[in-house]
Amino acid sequence: MIETWQQQIKEAAARGGKLTPRGGGTKAFLAPSHAGDAASHVGDMLDTRSHAGIVEYDPKELVIVVKCGTRVADVEKTMVDAGQMLAFEPPHFGEAATIGGLVATGNSGPRRAYAGSVRDFILGAKVIDGKGDHLAFGGKVMKNVAGFDVSRLLTGSFGTFGVITEVAFKCLPLPKAQATRVFEMESANAIEAMNRWYSEADPITATTFVDGKLYVRFAGAEPAVKTAVAKRGGTVLPNDVEWWRDWREQRHSFFATNAEIHRVSCKSTAAALDDAETAIEWGGALRWVHANADNAAKVRYWANRAGGHASIWRGSTSVHANAAQALSESLKQVQTKIKTSFDPYNVFPNLSPVPSGEAAK
Amino acid sequence: MKAPTLFEELANVLSAESLKIAEEDLRPYECDGLSMYRALPKCVVLPEDEKQIAEVMRICHAHRVSVIARGAGTGLSGGAMPDPNSVVLSTAKMMKIIDIDPLACSARVQPGVRNLAISEAVAHLGLYYAPDPSSQIACTIGGNVAENSGGVHCLKYGLTIHNVRKLRVVLMNGDIVTLGSDGLDSPGYDLLAVMIGSEGLLGIVTEVTVKLTPKPKLAQVAMASFASVETAGAAVGEIIAAGIIPGGLEMMDQIATEAVEGFVHAGYDLSAAAILLCESDGTPEEVADEMARVSDVLRKAGATDIKVSENEEQRARYWSGRKNAFPATGRISPDYYCMDGTIPRRELPRVLNEIARLSEKYSLRCANVFHAGDGNLHPLIMFDANVPGELQRAEDFGAEILELCVEVGGTITGEHGVGVEKINQMCVQFSPKELTRMHEIKHAFDEHALLNPGKAVPTLHRCAEFGRMKVSQGKPMPFANLERF
Ligand SMILES: Cc1cc2nc3c(=O)[nH]c(=O)nc-3n(C[C@H](O)[C@H](O)[C@H](O)COP(=O)(O)OP(=O)(O)OC[C@H]3O[C@@H](n4cnc5c(N)ncnc54)[C@H](O)[C@@H]3O)c2cc1C
Repeated sequence: MIETWQQQIKEAAARGGKLTPRGGGTKAFLAPSHAGDAASHVGDMLDTRSHAGIVEYDPKELVIVVKCGTRVADVEKTMVDAGQMLAFEPPHFGEAATIGGLVATGNSGPRRAYAGSVRDFILGAKVIDGKGDHLAFGGKVMKNVAGFDVSRLLTGSFGTFGVITEVAFKCLPLPKAQATRVFEMESANAIEAMNRWYSEADPITATTFVDGKLYVRFAGAEPAVKTAVAKRGGTVLPNDVEWWRDWREQRHSFFATNAEIHRVSCKSTAAALDDAETAIEWGGALRWVHANADNAAKVRYWANRAGGHASIWRGSTSVHANAAQALSESLKQVQTKIKTSFDPYNVFPNLSPVPSGEAAK
Repeated sequence: MKAPTLFEELANVLSAESLKIAEEDLRPYECDGLSMYRALPKCVVLPEDEKQIAEVMRICHAHRVSVIARGAGTGLSGGAMPDPNSVVLSTAKMMKIIDIDPLACSARVQPGVRNLAISEAVAHLGLYYAPDPSSQIACTIGGNVAENSGGVHCLKYGLTIHNVRKLRVVLMNGDIVTLGSDGLDSPGYDLLAVMIGSEGLLGIVTEVTVKLTPKPKLAQVAMASFASVETAGAAVGEIIAAGIIPGGLEMMDQIATEAVEGFVHAGYDLSAAAILLCESDGTPEEVADEMARVSDVLRKAGATDIKVSENEEQRARYWSGRKNAFPATGRISPDYYCMDGTIPRRELPRVLNEIARLSEKYSLRCANVFHAGDGNLHPLIMFDANVPGELQRAEDFGAEILELCVEVGGTITGEHGVGVEKINQMCVQFSPKELTRMHEIKHAFDEHALLNPGKAVPTLHRCAEFGRMKVSQGKPMPFANLERF
């Protein structure tokens, strides 16, 4: 498979052709706002699903090495059977979701603020770049500082560097106990509680504020969860495993809207943005906002002031201008040069807000 | 009119005591913690703020003079070693903690702040900065960022990369950029991930926003003795298999425990072939629960003796041996050379046996301390630089250990960095095309390759001279005989 792809990429490079890597297609809805030129980037799909399977998994080493086309669900199943998990709790957005797509889009789930992000758990990765070269960075051990950390750079690159063919992740054990409590409160109090309880060392692994209710998931050793729950009170959320799965997969009614949904990454303590329908998670560091023509500009302004940035998660593609604002001129140049080093012939799409480099042909 | 010289221009932006040119003033900067590599720089600058750093960089850029950043100089791979044609930029005058946000669990600090000083400054808030290199009293956060440093608690709490949210960086051309954000992600490519661990090759870090971690209410450490390193190594796997991620999980072999016991009297079992230190932290209930399980696993895995710390003083004593392993080795041997490979843990018996064999081959003693939880091995090769040939033997011994680590699927450096020391072994671990990509990434930040030249990423020319090229695209290069991930 690798050789076939290398050949295909080399041919595309030679004739000025375009390719877009694609796994299960579950996150295609994100492409317009991230792949800067998705609309104009017509070309062949490079389907990664045929390159699937777990290459290596030794639970005692806390490492799993997976081929890009493997379904996330299959990887998680294997890990759960061994009592472990991908600790960043990745959203799948569909059964077909693949590991390659997961890394390329770089989305982490509810546990992100407490355990870390996709990139935090990447130990190594291989990629076929726009010249058709198959390169390996990082490794499959827990600590590795040899050379620049290129494998982590691939996270969230949206296929713009090439085809990610294999990834090694650090694994963590499943928590022994878990319980979710619900608290009715104002958004300002919820933001305060999310931050304060964490800073007081509660064993929290997820927080969400939606519809006037704060959902807090406590998980870890049984006695620790018991103590925390007793201390904080709240009402029991039955079937909390399903609730968090639905939240992670955005099946909650908050996401069932015709409005554009903006994703705002900001400082966890930033005050609530009260004039738009908002849900808050990641201890306050992630806000989901129902936006419309009237408040979109305000949301962006607010996000920048809150130490972060806004992007359109679902809706039209007017996000480019906004995200681009968040990158300085010198950063844009650095990013463009890095993109060009991976893809000198512009075989793969460009990442918004990184401007495309001159095609080196 | 004559164009101003480099020194004249630097003198225009720096105060007199921030620009050192006299040889006796340069001596203290001639090496880092890897003292066998030494050189004097052209001059040393000690800027007082980011603005001065940007000006220094612009001047050096215009003169095409290379710049080498320096924190506390505790690095163990020669990363901060000067070069006769370079300016050393020390962050020693940038030691301010700018602000602390207890609710958001973050702190913004200047690059010259010492690692431990951050934890001390936030202790009253019940917080700390988690990565704890053994050098934490001295090493700076800027150096930690450049090396992606770890510590004995990083299996559970992560390395520098997991604990830094945002950086301000001055590029070689004097531009100032922000990487990361006050949130948990930022638009575009994740350059924060590339900057951390880049060994001063991509930019000068001028401000670091770190994540603070709530201090666990209690910590306890179990010390277990084993009759062989194999059983100790297997016990580590059993702890992980039981679903436990201890706060710290360290191993020392008998040569190491003997060395430290004479130095700090940590109370180690000297009859054991190896000892394990396994720390549990959290709420008192959690620690009690985990300690019971850990003790159970250790006993079943063949521990001949288990002691659990009963108070803070005892816990500190058990750790003191491990944390002083390097100086203790320095006490029983005139010189020592610390290696830093990481291996898949299951390869531990093979690697330790091989190190024992090499120890005989080179007639040099070697103590092993091991971040066992994450497979990061620190063999300490003992030698006497005053005995002709011993330094060379120590280096050759070390090089063989590193190549062995690559051979078993590991890496040449887990936390100390490549620097000048392991630059040849990079040719063994990476293919020419992979190394070229790293040079291209450097070029994107530093067009004229002026930042910390000759470190971390070898030129292909150098690899050719070294005579080892990694297998490329399935076609063996000359002398490529080692496999890799
Ligand atoms: C006794 C001892 C124990 C140690 N234990 C550990 C350990 O447990 N874990 C571990 O990981 N390391 C350990 N080390 C290694 C060392 O302490 C770390 O690598 C540390 O991070 C270096 O920090 P420093 O301030 O001394 O940096 P320096 O040695 O001054 O510099 C290290 C590198 O960082 C670059 N640099 C410094 N400041 C900046 C900046 N502001 N911007 C850009 N680049 C910069 C330098 O150019 C150089 O390449 C130990 C060292 C000793 C001597």
